[in-house]
Amino acid sequence: MKQTELIMGMPITIEIVDSSDHDLLQSMFDYFRAVDDRYSPYKPDSELTKINEGLARNKLSSEMTMILDLCEQTRQDTNGYFNIRHDGKLDPSGLVKGWAVNQVADKLLQAGHDNFYVEAGGDIQAHGHAADGGPWRVGIRSPFNMQTIVKTLAIQDGGGVATSGTYIRGQHIYNPVEESTSASIQSLTVIGPNIYDADRFATAAFAMGSGGIAFIQALPGLEAYMITDDKQAVYTPGLEQYVVSA
Amino acid sequence: MKKYVVGAAVTLVYIAYSFGIRNNHSKPVIAPTLPTKTNNQQASTGGGSSTQSTGSSTASSGSASAPSNQTKAAAYKDGSYTGPVVNVYYGNVQVAATVSGGKITGVKFLQYPHDNPNSTYINSQARPYLKQETLAAQSAHVNIITGATFTSEGFIQSLTSALSKAN
Repeated sequence: MKQTELIMGMPITIEIVDSSDHDLLQSMFDYFRAVDDRYSPYKPDSELTKINEGLARNKLSSEMTMILDLCEQTRQDTNGYFNIRHDGKLDPSGLVKGWAVNQVADKLLQAGHDNFYVEAGGDIQAHGHAADGGPWRVGIRSPFNMQTIVKTLAIQDGGGVATSGTYIRGQHIYNPVEESTSASIQSLTVIGPNIYDADRFATAAFAMGSGGIAFIQALPGLEAYMITDDKQAVYTPGLEQYVVSA
Repeated sequence: MKKYVVGAAVTLVYIAYSFGIRNNHSKPVIAPTLPTKTNNQQASTGGGSSTQSTGSSTASSGSASAPSNQTKAAAYKDGSYTGPVVNVYYGNVQVAATVSGGKITGVKFLQYPHDNPNSTYINSQARPYLKQETLAAQSAHVNIITGATFTSEGFIQSLTSALSKAN
């Protein structure tokens, strides 16, 4: 059973192996819609919009308070590179997406499902095995050609994968390996035990530029695959445990 | 159905836009982020966040922003910037960044949770820790795809909004 819906301006896909519980599937998409209703910076009635229009902090929902606390914690964890405040407005979507995918995966686990994945705009949490009985195979798309997969990772025992990239040209940075040349990062993919950490640290590490992948390297349990302008990839040695040879 | 057609059109416009930007190699338009010397942008997310202090006289922290869709000129002053010690629950991380010619030219970890005892200069000493390869297309079948999102929510929504006004 596999379904895709457009929510939060992006395709969200849930596949559950060996299940035809469409009501459950629908309730998961409803959950994503509820998250969007609360955290969308674009919806005039969202709680986030009300905060940005001056809603008093003591009027916040407990969940919003928790999310903002998580954002602040992440800001501190990342040396300030993760920051939801831009131009005086708050936008926690860099954390909410991964958090929501994680929430839905937890709900499916609690409902007794072992083999499924949840994917929102390239943020993935997968558990168990795919329909063919093998591990979930996650392809990293080339930033240079949407049709091309440049790396295949296998998730065996549950894990999250997130990619941070930019559609505006990235900052100009030094290639961390070849000092003589400089290159921009096109995308940074992070894989780890859960999509919540993979997503928030991918976001922060991407903002760090060339230092970002070393930041991921410093985080236990997280590995990264960085693609630069010059069609090179730099990755943490621990990534190899996930790599499926073509 | 109409919604999907509009969505597809918006996506195509967006992709065209992104390739246009990509081809503009000489103008990086997104500002790099790093701790700056100004103290007045400290984020205060949620209630009662504390201002991070720095143990260094050269910089404060916390004013860098996550990837932003804003188009801004890079405006970093040359120099060395030392961030505070950050506890990332598995150990302490402290980073120093060097800016030269308005660009980040080096990031140095003064503290690092791993086993390397001293500092790691990303530009050179990171070599033993990281691997490199040339991108190559794979033919393997996959279940799920991750990648730099072409459908940026903010862009799509604001463009959709702009297009609806243009109708």
